[in-house]
Amino acid sequence: METTTNNSNFKSEEYFINMGPQHPATHGVLRLLLTIDGEIIKKVEPDLGYIHRSIEKMCERDSYQQIVHLTDRMDYLSSHINNEAVCLTVENALQIEVPDRVKVIRTIIGELTRIASHCLWWGVMGMDVGALTTYFYGFRDREMINDIFEETCGARLTMNYNIPGGLMFDIHPNFVKRVKDFIAHFKTKLPEYDTLLTGNVIFQKRTKGVGILTKEDAISFGASGPVGRASGYSCDVRKHHPYSALDRVTFNEALKTEGDTFARYQVRIQEMWESLSIIEQLIDNIPEGDYKVATNAVIKLPKGEYYQKVETARGELGVYIISTGTKNPYRVKFRSPGFSNLSLLSHIAVGGKIGDLVATMATLDIVVPDIDR
Amino acid sequence: MSYFSDIYKGIKTLLTGMSVTGKYFLNSRKGAITQQYPDNRDSLKMFDRFRGEVVMPHDENNEHRCTGCQKCELACPNGSIEIIWDRKVDPETGKKKKMIEKHIYHLGMCTMCGLCIEACPTDAIKWAQNFENSVYDRSYLTRVLNKPGSRLKPGVEE
Repeated sequence: METTTNNSNFKSEEYFINMGPQHPATHGVLRLLLTIDGEIIKKVEPDLGYIHRSIEKMCERDSYQQIVHLTDRMDYLSSHINNEAVCLTVENALQIEVPDRVKVIRTIIGELTRIASHCLWWGVMGMDVGALTTYFYGFRDREMINDIFEETCGARLTMNYNIPGGLMFDIHPNFVKRVKDFIAHFKTKLPEYDTLLTGNVIFQKRTKGVGILTKEDAISFGASGPVGRASGYSCDVRKHHPYSALDRVTFNEALKTEGDTFARYQVRIQEMWESLSIIEQLIDNIPEGDYKVATNAVIKLPKGEYYQKVETARGELGVYIISTGTKNPYRVKFRSPGFSNLSLLSHIAVGGKIGDLVATMATLDIVVPDIDR
Repeated sequence: MSYFSDIYKGIKTLLTGMSVTGKYFLNSRKGAITQQYPDNRDSLKMFDRFRGEVVMPHDENNEHRCTGCQKCELACPNGSIEIIWDRKVDPETGKKKKMIEKHIYHLGMCTMCGLCIEACPTDAIKWAQNFENSVYDRSYLTRVLNKPGSRLKPGVEE
């Protein structure tokens, strides 16, 4: 940095460029206003709102059953977990106890969603730092999960499988077999991920020591999910506030202390192993029983305020509902993980190169519709 | 010295990664998951729960099961379903009864959430597995689900 500013022959000048909104490395319509000096980043300002659909306002218009399908469109890579968050909030407010079968199925599909999301992230992460091959490997394994979803839920991405009170319909007879096939398949493929990318010297040089986030900053910026855990901040909602069937499984929270891009990468790879182990513990004994409990056709929450948080693939998603006792919520607020994770980008990317910014953004794993809502 | 060891290490890690891709290159026939989509349309079968579009099945007598209760219209989050109904004389009982004239479905607005099919008390509508929905004009996406001249199947009550 010093050489560029102190060179007497050439005067360096700060200038400003746009990155996005249509840029492949921003993973969606996100515009970054970069102030750079040569290739050194002086300032990053994210400019949001390009895919704002006012989902929170639409929730005020809709009934509680109808809200669920809107949350599919927020963080579309963890749509099942988003749905679960809304359903849990409504069920807690109505004080409904859902059957064990529902809890276990929700957890299994939630963890499959997490693996699918991390598979996609892994492929795109490789692509962002210049390794196109990973994209195909990641998508190959994600395809198997999407098939499971398509067979059981009817859709591959925006599943809308949860309803307040349980599930829309029972799991498909092939579900257990397909999930077991996937676990056996993925256990042989996940080590390949490490061989292909993790040990690669170019990848390590691009990621180690880049975009360092300290634990204090992670907490003060409200980082959650793998971003927070890579900085040593133990923030797994599944561990600290277990919901659904997560209190009956044992798993380790993936924690790293380095806080750089490589640590965030390792945390996500570790999380895929943990999710596999959670599914393995549950898949063999899905309890028998109903797949939903009957609710009123018109759900009216008692007057009050309700909050529920879940761990999506990106971090902590909070659903906050204020009800005045009518069939529509008075106000719905989503605390989305992407928004707070993006807020720290302008902090950790300063001083790095543009290429480092791309690598850092890849491990923040931003889904822009989740940020804009 | 570390210069050369770095070069050696770099080449070694590259070859380690290429051993994976090389393995797949040599076994490219085995485990290929690519589908030759437009060419395999005859053999392509979607999963039976796949949400393609909402249809109303009719039996051989041109009878459907829709009573016109409008529960699907109420359940729909974005107004994709419109039901135009009237009270008409039922030819069997001679009483006036609510009957549908048109069950209009806007495929272009549908988000495939499945709430209408959940809400239907008589299983009058269901998912079709057709996914090739592209048309040249948006107006083709507005569909009348009940066929012309169709009527309610006798015995179907809400």
